[in-house]
Formats: sequence, C-alpha cells, structure tokens
Amino acid sequence: MSVLDILNMAKIQLNGKQFVLNKKHSLISLLKKFKINEKKVAVELNGKIVNKNKFSSTVIKNKDKLEVVHFIGGG
Amino acid sequence: MKKDNFKIAGQLLKSRLIVGTGKYKNFKETALAIKASGADMVTVAVRRVNILDKKKPILTDYLNPKKIKYLPNTAGCYDAEESLRTLRLAREMGGWKMVKLEVLGDKKTLYPNMIETLKATKILVKEGFKVLAYCSDDPILTKKLEDLGASAIMPLASPIGSGQGIVNKINLSIIIKNSKVPVIVDAGIGTPSDATIAMEMGCQAVLVNSAIALSHKPILMAEAFKYAVISGRKAFLAGRMQKKLYAKASTPSKGLI
Repeated sequence: MSVLDILNMAKIQLNGKQFVLNKKHSLISLLKKFKINEKKVAVELNGKIVNKNKFSSTVIKNKDKLEVVHFIGGG
Repeated sequence: MKKDNFKIAGQLLKSRLIVGTGKYKNFKETALAIKASGADMVTVAVRRVNILDKKKPILTDYLNPKKIKYLPNTAGCYDAEESLRTLRLAREMGGWKMVKLEVLGDKKTLYPNMIETLKATKILVKEGFKVLAYCSDDPILTKKLEDLGASAIMPLASPIGSGQGIVNKINLSIIIKNSKVPVIVDAGIGTPSDATIAMEMGCQAVLVNSAIALSHKPILMAEAFKYAVISGRKAFLAGRMQKKLYAKASTPSKGLI
C-alpha cells in the first residue's frame, strides 16, 4: 500500500492525461467532477467496459486507466 | 403496388439515403443537412470525450438519438480487435446493436482490410450485433460476409472521400444479383447522379457523407441527394427501356401529311 492509498489519493490516467485525485472517488463522482453527462458516455476502466449500473459502485483506485468516450460526427 | 419498404435486420427505415455526420462546418449545419436529406439513419463515430474543454458542443445536443437512428462506425480502426473495442463501447453507450463495421487497410487508400473485416464480422454476429460491413467490391468476399451473418453489404463505389463515383459497375451488379441481404453503396459517391445510378442498378440504399458536407451548400446538396435516391429507386422499380443500336421514332408515322 502506498502513501497515496493511505491518504485516499489516486494518480490516474483519464483519456490519456494524468490527474491526481485528492479524495476517494466513485466513477460517477469522477464523471461529475469533470462535468461529463454519464448518460451520454461509455467508460472503459483498465481495458474493461464498466456497465452503466456499476458507475456508482465502482471505486477509482491509484494507477487506474480510464477511457471515457462519446459519439462525434463521422462517416 | 406493394409498399416499397426498406428494412435492414428487421429494422424499417423511411429513407434509402443514409448520411454521414463528419466534415461539416459545425453541428448546426450537420443537423440542417440531415433534416434536408430526409435520412432517418446517420453514421457516427466513437471518440474520447474532451476532458479539458467542457463547453465544447457535442453531437447529441444537435441530433437527438431518440429521433434519428445512430449507426456507430469504426472509422480509424485498422484491425478487428480495435473495431470490436469501439463497437462494444458504442453498444454500452445506449444499446446500439446495429453498427457499421469499417476496418481500414492503410491511411492512403482507406481501402477495407477484408481479412480483418471478416474476422470481426464473425465475432460481432456471435455477440448479437447487426453488422453493416464496409467492404471491397469483390463478389466472393461479399458473399463470405453474408455467409458469416452480416445484415448488409456495403461495397465502396470508389475510395472514401474521393468523390469518384462507381468505378466498377460490373462487380457491383454481380454483388447486387448475388446478395440476399441489402447492398448499400458506401464511400466514393461524388454527386447525386452517382447515387441515382447506384439505385437504378438495384442497390437498396446509399451512404453519403463527403459529397454533401464538402459541397458549397451542404443543406441544398443534402436535398438534391434525397431526390436523387428516390428517383433512382423508382427508376429501378419501373425497369428501364431496352437499349437499341438504331433510332426508333417516338411519334407514329400513320396520318403523316
């Protein structure tokens, strides 16, 4: 267990960028922190898709890698 | 006359024109062009949310997925694995099972990688997806796609975004003749008349993006495509006259003074 874990802090990668979270976050609170509408996205946590009904029960941990995607224009 | 319904995998569509949502000036133009086109299904892509720019407008604010059918694509994917990942995420976003599989071969031609396309189709069909597969205009490979359970075959008319029209009518005719699932010409359509030709040949639908988005007046061009597709379909149903070598007068000679 690292110091970050003890302090409930986490260094994460979100859409390719590094962020340090200074408190414990669930996936849903993380999305809210970044002002992302959870209804319009899909999330991959460490390479696995997180089911929408698990957004609030999923806890973000140190070294987690997240991908949050949505629809954009395309042909 | 029997109603000329258009169905893909049991899903009824009002329009035989499917429109892409890329390359427009802005989302407002996208929305207006799609409205003018009469399309009820549009292709969309899956990309990362912009984490830092929270005010950036998003597609779903302009095109309500409850009112217009989204067809998620795998543009930018170069192997089966990447495309599977993309489409599984798309399905998670809102239950989309009907998808456009597009596995590219290289950046210069954007030609489909058929080996990876076949591999991905097999897995996606097993996972319950309804696969509309962008593919080369090879009658043997399109048959193979159909055998693997693809819901529609989408051969290119010419390379993506090239606007060259249908370059191999013979192959396309063979594919149309041999397919039991809808054949939708995807990629390379440059003008409404290209779309009409595809429809007159017996394609079930066409997919257009660049030809509308990159025209000088996309909204007007979208409307032109709407009529072109309707026109081509009606002409196909009506059946064209036979070609003849010599002239045949339209006016009777009887009663000539």
